[in-house]
Amino acid sequence: MRALFRRLGLRGRSLVIAAPFAWLIVFFLIPFILVLKISFSTTEVAIPPYAPLVTWADGAIQITLHTGNFDYLFSDWEYVAAYLSSVRNAAVTAFVCLLIGYPMAYCIARSRPEWRSALLMLIVMPFWTSFLIRVYAWIGILKQNGLLNNLLLWLGIIDQPLEIMNTQTAVYIGMIYAYLPFMILPLYSTLEKLDTSLLEAASDLGAKPLRTFWSVTLPLSMPGILAGSLLVFIPAVGEFVIPSLLGGPDTLMIGTVLWNEFFSNRDWPVAATVAVALIVLLVVPLILLQRAQERQEARET
Amino acid sequence: MAASVRDTQPWLDPAAEPHIKIDKIVKTFGDFTAVDQVSLGIHKGELFSLLGGSGCGKTTLLRMLAGFVVPDAGTITLGGTDIVPLAPYERPVNMMFQSYALFPHMNVEDNVAFGLRRDGVEAKELKRRVGEVLELVQMSRFARRKPAQLSGGQRQRVALARSIVKRPQVLLLDEPLSALDRKLREATQFELVNIQEQVGITFIMVTHDQEEAMTMSTRIAVMDHGRIVQVGRPSEIYEFPASRFVADFIGSVNLFDGRLKESFADHAVVDCPDAGTELTLAQAVAHEEGYELCIAVRPEKIYIAKADAAFDFANRLTGTIKDMAYLGDSCVYHVVLATGKMLKVTEPTHGRWADQPFAREESVQVGWVPEANVLVGA
Repeated sequence: MRALFRRLGLRGRSLVIAAPFAWLIVFFLIPFILVLKISFSTTEVAIPPYAPLVTWADGAIQITLHTGNFDYLFSDWEYVAAYLSSVRNAAVTAFVCLLIGYPMAYCIARSRPEWRSALLMLIVMPFWTSFLIRVYAWIGILKQNGLLNNLLLWLGIIDQPLEIMNTQTAVYIGMIYAYLPFMILPLYSTLEKLDTSLLEAASDLGAKPLRTFWSVTLPLSMPGILAGSLLVFIPAVGEFVIPSLLGGPDTLMIGTVLWNEFFSNRDWPVAATVAVALIVLLVVPLILLQRAQERQEARET
Repeated sequence: MAASVRDTQPWLDPAAEPHIKIDKIVKTFGDFTAVDQVSLGIHKGELFSLLGGSGCGKTTLLRMLAGFVVPDAGTITLGGTDIVPLAPYERPVNMMFQSYALFPHMNVEDNVAFGLRRDGVEAKELKRRVGEVLELVQMSRFARRKPAQLSGGQRQRVALARSIVKRPQVLLLDEPLSALDRKLREATQFELVNIQEQVGITFIMVTHDQEEAMTMSTRIAVMDHGRIVQVGRPSEIYEFPASRFVADFIGSVNLFDGRLKESFADHAVVDCPDAGTELTLAQAVAHEEGYELCIAVRPEKIYIAKADAAFDFANRLTGTIKDMAYLGDSCVYHVVLATGKMLKVTEPTHGRWADQPFAREESVQVGWVPEANVLVGA
């Protein structure tokens, strides 16, 4: 066995590195190639419902790549609008999560050490309940005669129930709620590592607390802000469950469009094209961001 | 140049008003009293050291001067004004941190300029002052580097530059040299003193390193269990320790417990069972016979000779060499007396020899003059 591995050029070290690579190839690269393949096809009434790319006829192998799906994607305003509104929804979600999450992460990081793990536990606790059930719970809170409206009516703050359910507002509430922990956890870990003597040094040199925050705490927590924002933004762009359960007719998200193409229209090639475009839309800025970070690190050392 | 406080010694003049007056400061954490009724007066231009082991309260005292810790009781006045109610950013005091606490996301220049910017110093003046102070610590070449790109010694210089650029009335230094290696530390000690004399700022330094305190300080306050046990110039602390603790803490020492046998006008005789003989003290002891006391003798004050050599000292003992160490500039001997007590003796190596003048297990005589004996209480 060992001799076989050696003949293949595999040593213990390369085997260890190979394991995650194999995982990524089997569960990410191959499925992605399959989706990419479908995106260059046309729809057909068949099983599977798309035309094969490789055909063999008259002694010739013919590979046909239809680019019509991509043309279609950019010619139809609905798709572009869906992409843009998905990006906007995700950006707003990430930003509001940052606004809510930063003070929370800051407080946990500055609380007494024996309290910290308990507070973090409270942040993670909702994960013990199924995501779907938590979104349904929001329906119960936000609907016409739901908890929120009843409470506000009872308090006399409003005399007409608020129209929140099935609007963009409900989608925002649901997404911010669902993604907040992903913002808090990376922020907490950077803020917790922040050397308090730096804050003392700033204060000692004449900086009032707010100035210290802007000049020292905030720039030094940038890695956490970036990590948290990406962790929220990326899944939020493709979010499907929350907009379809809480959103209304005006909610346009690329995840919903993809689902409709796939299941309602049974147009696999267009659905695959939407997915490929989504990945390109997310991966390219990520790579650019990472390159920029690497260059910055290279400059500093 | 004005006369250094090292020469004028203003603390000897009871009429001279100290620049910083610490009055009965108390700080407790839970049921632990970190600083217990400490009072101190520190004069302008001093390089004052707070010396003690870990947990003696020296750092807490320094942090109270900086404003990071609020005292439970007592006052601290600086130039006549009470600074206790002032926040750290309102005090005319700067601190150099043990970890240096340089801002990692700013380059050297921005680190140094941080304090000046907070004061709203205008751009031209700011540039001049930053350049000047970087020149002083010889870091001008590295102005654009980030702290991560500097060595430990360079970071220490930047930290110093950052803390003196605002020309504070007092500079607090928390173990300023502890992160440097030995050779660099020794060189930096003298440099720090030179810079202090150039800029004329009062330095208050916390250290656990007695050598550092001895080399640099105008005066030292030795602390133990939140209290100050002795304040004095380095030579006073070393040669005239006020207590057994100070004698033991500063340098190495041989301690003998004994009872007063007889006190004369200019000397006293003490019966020391530890030494196996009587020791003579060059001072009168105003106590009755049998009073319990303790005598301290520094190892370098003890002479050592072969057993058969002519040896005439008021305090003379015999023993056997159990251990010895050659340190280059001196030799350390551990001499065990007939009573079983171990005596440390340090001999400077005046001559050059490849072989040790004494052998292990050799019987020797040790002796010292009465003036070498210090009475350090019971």
